[in-house]
Amino acid sequence: MKKVNFRHSTSRKLLFSVAFLFTFSVFGLAQNDAAQDTTATEQAASGDEGASAAAGSDLGDPAAGKELFNSLCAACHKPYSESIGPALNGVTDRHDMQWIQQWISNSAAMIASGDPEAVAIYEEYNQTAMPAFPQLSDSDIGDILAYVEQPKPEPQAATASAGAGAEGTGEGGGVSVNVILGILVFVLAALMLVLFLVNKTLRNFADASGIVIPEKPKRKPIYKAFVENQFLVLVTSVIVLLAVGYFAYGWMMQVGVDKGYQPIQPIHYSHRIHAGDNQIECKYCHSSARTSKHSGIPSLNVCMNCHKSIAEVAPETATEDYSKEFYDKEIAKLYDAVGWDPATRTYSGEEKPVKWVRIHNLPDLAYFNHSQHVSVGNIQCQECHGPIQEMEVVYQHAPLTMGWCINCHRETNIRIEGNEYYEKIHAELSKKYGVEELTVAQMGGIECGKCHY
Amino acid sequence: MSSNKKYWKSVEELNENSSVVETLQQKEFAEEIPVDEFLGDKSSLESSKTSRRDFLKYVGFSTAAASLAACEGPVVKSIPYVVQPDRIVPGVANYYASTIADGFDFASVLVKTREGRPIKIENNEMSKFKGGVNARVHASVLSLYDTKRVKRPMIEGRNVSWEEFDREVGAALQNANGEIVLLTQTFASPSTSKIIQEFSQKFGNVRHVVYDTVSEDAALNAFQSKYGKRALPNFDFSKAEVIVGVGADFLADWYGGGFDAGYAKTRIPENGKMSRHVQFESNMSLTGANADKRVPATPSQQKAIMKALRSYVTGASSTSDLPANIDDVVVKAASQLRKAGSGAVVACGLPDEDAQTWALEINEALGSQVMDTANARMIRQGNASEVAKLVEDMNNGSVGALLIAGLNPVHTLPNAIQFVEGLSNVETVVDFTTRADETSKVSKYVAATPHYLESWGDIQFSERSFALMQPTIKPLFDTRQFQDTLLRWSDNNQSYYEYMKETWSGSLGGNSWSRMLHDGVFEGTSPVEIASETGVSSLKYSIDEQTGDGFELMLYTSTALGDGQQANNPWLQEMPDPITRASWDNYLLISKADAEALDLENYHVANGGLNGSYVNIRLGDTLVENVPVIIQPGQAKGSVGLALGYGRKEGLKDKMQTGVNAYPLYKDFRSVQNVKIEKAAGVHEFACVQLHNTLMGRGDIIKETTLEIFNTKDSHVWNSTPEVSLNHIETPVTSPEVDIWDSFDRSTGPHFNLSIDLNACTGCGACVIACHSENNVPVVGKDEVRRSRDMHWLRIDRYYSSEDTFGDDLEKKENIGGLGSSLSEFGELEEPADNPQVVFQPVMCQHCNHAPCETVCPVAATSHGRQGQNQMIYNRCVGTRYCANNCPYKVRRFNWFSYARNDEFDYYMNNDLGRMVLNPDVTVRARGVMEKCSMCIQKTQKTILDAKREGRTIKDGEFQTACSAACDKGAIVFGDVNNEGAKILEKKNDDRMYHLLEYVGTKPNVMYQTKVRNTTEA
Repeated sequence: MKKVNFRHSTSRKLLFSVAFLFTFSVFGLAQNDAAQDTTATEQAASGDEGASAAAGSDLGDPAAGKELFNSLCAACHKPYSESIGPALNGVTDRHDMQWIQQWISNSAAMIASGDPEAVAIYEEYNQTAMPAFPQLSDSDIGDILAYVEQPKPEPQAATASAGAGAEGTGEGGGVSVNVILGILVFVLAALMLVLFLVNKTLRNFADASGIVIPEKPKRKPIYKAFVENQFLVLVTSVIVLLAVGYFAYGWMMQVGVDKGYQPIQPIHYSHRIHAGDNQIECKYCHSSARTSKHSGIPSLNVCMNCHKSIAEVAPETATEDYSKEFYDKEIAKLYDAVGWDPATRTYSGEEKPVKWVRIHNLPDLAYFNHSQHVSVGNIQCQECHGPIQEMEVVYQHAPLTMGWCINCHRETNIRIEGNEYYEKIHAELSKKYGVEELTVAQMGGIECGKCHY
Repeated sequence: MSSNKKYWKSVEELNENSSVVETLQQKEFAEEIPVDEFLGDKSSLESSKTSRRDFLKYVGFSTAAASLAACEGPVVKSIPYVVQPDRIVPGVANYYASTIADGFDFASVLVKTREGRPIKIENNEMSKFKGGVNARVHASVLSLYDTKRVKRPMIEGRNVSWEEFDREVGAALQNANGEIVLLTQTFASPSTSKIIQEFSQKFGNVRHVVYDTVSEDAALNAFQSKYGKRALPNFDFSKAEVIVGVGADFLADWYGGGFDAGYAKTRIPENGKMSRHVQFESNMSLTGANADKRVPATPSQQKAIMKALRSYVTGASSTSDLPANIDDVVVKAASQLRKAGSGAVVACGLPDEDAQTWALEINEALGSQVMDTANARMIRQGNASEVAKLVEDMNNGSVGALLIAGLNPVHTLPNAIQFVEGLSNVETVVDFTTRADETSKVSKYVAATPHYLESWGDIQFSERSFALMQPTIKPLFDTRQFQDTLLRWSDNNQSYYEYMKETWSGSLGGNSWSRMLHDGVFEGTSPVEIASETGVSSLKYSIDEQTGDGFELMLYTSTALGDGQQANNPWLQEMPDPITRASWDNYLLISKADAEALDLENYHVANGGLNGSYVNIRLGDTLVENVPVIIQPGQAKGSVGLALGYGRKEGLKDKMQTGVNAYPLYKDFRSVQNVKIEKAAGVHEFACVQLHNTLMGRGDIIKETTLEIFNTKDSHVWNSTPEVSLNHIETPVTSPEVDIWDSFDRSTGPHFNLSIDLNACTGCGACVIACHSENNVPVVGKDEVRRSRDMHWLRIDRYYSSEDTFGDDLEKKENIGGLGSSLSEFGELEEPADNPQVVFQPVMCQHCNHAPCETVCPVAATSHGRQGQNQMIYNRCVGTRYCANNCPYKVRRFNWFSYARNDEFDYYMNNDLGRMVLNPDVTVRARGVMEKCSMCIQKTQKTILDAKREGRTIKDGEFQTACSAACDKGAIVFGDVNNEGAKILEKKNDDRMYHLLEYVGTKPNVMYQTKVRNTTEA
């Protein structure tokens, strides 16, 4: 369950450097393969787009249509699956062009006039009226239809799905260095080999020419000399002890510090997609961070605000590591938990609360209040939680130790602008300390009882 | 003036040769750590199988194992709502107004809920029906999470569904062979009355009998015959100038309680004036303890006093056959009453209709504004004669079905044996109950009812004051309200909520239903006509019959348990009685003279615990055995006292089964009985905290004066600042020159101070329970309390003092001026232990600006905050207890054990249900750390944060601690002294202000207001 990325940093470094020595040649090859893969997929993707653009051209311009679709239709319609309204792919087969144009420009009038097809659709979709779009010209409608009538793109190359596991992402940067180092080592090894061969040849020559190489007088073995030198032994043991002490201290200080803790969650929720790509404000979901001590894990009804109409991810959301199918399956998990049937678009009432694994565990003895930091201090979430918008799987960014808290309290200034509470206090304190800006610590923010009670 | 008065906490201290008192003055913990016990015996040490080597192996292994295990953190799951209710934000508390109406306690309350669970009860400031939120009401939130509650309906002990239950009981009621009788508590609920009327119409032969466990029958009868309504007069003591109480404990549960807030208002001297309170009583009650003049008198004497008082006030006669010393006080009291006129009031608590009628007559004759008969109290409606008749009818077989609601008659009826016999003649017995008690055990059908925090209801406090009860949590168990069940059985498919709303729909006046529900209280008139079924009780109450050669027993309800409904509530069990300071017990109170005559004794053993003799109490054929005895200073000679509400066995955890059952002595619902007392063998061990944490001989902890001196002399006469010699010049300790400490700069931001007015404090203990509930203070149990290990962050010290140690005492002058014949009697009366004066002094951490505890902590676990709070950091504490030893006020508490999640302490923190009451904002302390009052830093921090978030300054009154919010008397005031115009600043600059042990130089942030007694006698 528990996976810590950056925990035993020293031992990791050691291991890494050993492994490093053994893997030059292999690395080089792997990198080349990966590079080829990416170029292949890119080519495939651009090929797809080209093909689909060509297919839609008889109705209109699918690129312009996509833009119109996203701004006007996407709230209720999806090209390939049902949403609030029907799936639009294939609509030109079901209805003739004139009917479609009429419907889009004013559907209510059509229903009122008793058009049987219109009434049937109206009834089928729970008598939800579609707004009229008189502003759309026929060519606009043509563009939209061109877009929605594109054949459904095949899922992207299957290469990504294989990597859905949690292979680390850290190895990136040192590729070229590795290659250079590899070459260097190879050159060195070749040199050594040459030296050895030269040496051997020279000896052979000497033998052959009868030259006797004088034997060196036998010296004391170095370890014996070392043991006999008490001063050296003392100094070495002191150094060894200090080193052991240093590393032991370092190791012990990280006990209970779960920086990098990255548990696997029951639903693979990607902050990268939500907070990063889609730029959803953190406090839209974690709304209680504004008013409460808890940031609050959003209840599932908050997810459903959007996911009622987002049953699958866009193809371009998929990454190398996580395929579109993978993400769609995770959305299905949400539907299962909240009891939503996407086919009938109804709630079954059968709810299964999600048991998230808590990542940031402050001990009970420490009181922390989100609203104090978020609303009053206007601290960005990222200050403590790290680049959350880039995290595919969230990990603990900060050590959450007391030293870390105190440090920030010493360095951070109070945000007093427009806050009447601070006016008098700030005036008095800034006079006392002779400063313009007050830190949290100067306000009493490092008193024990402020967080421990 | 005040300094030469001698204060004492226990009779033991008056004994100069007591070694225990000496020991306790020297040491905080009288008991040594018993090292010798486990290391002293050499032979057993050597013969032990575990060698030193083994021991080290185990230690090594467990250390290694523990450190290995500690490396991997536990996986914590967080489970959010699937659909979050709009009103609930995790981490933010919601408040709902509701009402408690359990048949004994009636009060409008504010319920604090967190994440949907009630965690604290507070005063509803909007309630015009003031007061009544006493210690029991504060503690009632814990009774919601009682593991001994009835969890689902049962038939003959078998769990059934409500459908089956309805089916079976419905059929049984239809075929009832005889009358159907509803035996209920006082609901005081218009809608419930209406439901019962409809239920009666459906079944035809229904009788409704209301039974109050602790009866006010005599007063109800007297009021009914005088005013034609079966109700109790209401009192507004805040209008009183002269109060004479005769056996009426009106600061506690008299007439349903809730008068103390009004009383306290008149006790604070303002413009040289305060009320004068004379009390005649047998037991030392809270009311007597607060009186300016308390005269011990047996109940029969009290009746004579009432008689004399009436004739003196109305002028009918000017002589009485009372003893001269008492008569003297009565004469003076009568003249003061007459002088005060409409500001005078007489309160009578005797179970005697004559006396009750006289009290009404006196108040009428005086034209008292204090008594209000027009807006009479409806919260006691019991009719003892009907209960007696019911028992008779049950025995002669005319009752076909008995529905019992909110009561435990098998335990509480004086004639419980006949009642149980009668039950066997009743075919269908349904018990509507929240607890698995004695009655539900013998009932065929048990209908599980919810706690009031899970229920709907409308309550009529008095004729014009109403309140609504609303659920604050979904029922924890498969329970259904009594009213809902009756509706179902009357073939009404409405829920009680809908029914209630409909009942009120025509009588809302200008209010909206939501508004009423929000406020919890409203004024109006009842939409339901109460049927005139209640005739005058045929039982005649007179205490004249009770005189005889035995002792006059006065049965009372204790501050902690009341009528005993919440006996399974550990907070209440552990709350020390305000007067005796004993917890986890009831006991016979007896005067010192009588105790000596009967060879009864109280003594302290080496560890500071109190031991006492046992007695047997005989009343006719009834014998109550092995009642422990406490010798009570101030108890009237010839009288004894015993608390009701204890001694229940069913539905209680083992450790909660405390005390003896006094209900068998409550014959004919008369609280005064003539009993025979004989000594029994054995010694009882009390858990009495009165000798705990003595003040190292610093007896001058209280400042007290009389109104006369207060008005005429300068404040340094009666409230002098201690002085020390500085360069041979006497300098007040408050001056900075004598201070060896550097002061913190506290001029910026809030600086909290707490003021406690000894005049307004009645010692009721509501703050103690509020503090428990707010701060997760653990319950430690009787044994631990006996060892001085109680964990109360806030204690209410009770000090006795004796008038004859007052230097130039006015009382003494009169004594000499009295009649020669009464001199000897007077002298006896004024003996220290016979009639002491009482002062209550709540003590919590004083939050010293120069705190002695801070300097001695080796790990800096306790430090000072800029806001004036002395902070205690639990996670830093290593448990040296140096701080507790160095604290002059003895307010620090040590966690000797792990009290949470420990089955050795089977109270509430060891089970999931009980832990739901814990305040999530306060740490539950671990074993081995010190703890103490934090001045509710979690509350002050929250107030500050709210203001910061809203970008505003903080108004006076926003800062509250749990104790200051709980004190409806206004005795505890909390606030920021840096806020100009704050009430606390006014208190700080008051002449009466003093600090505890000021000469120690601790500069506390808690201050006290000198106690002033109104000794004006004419």
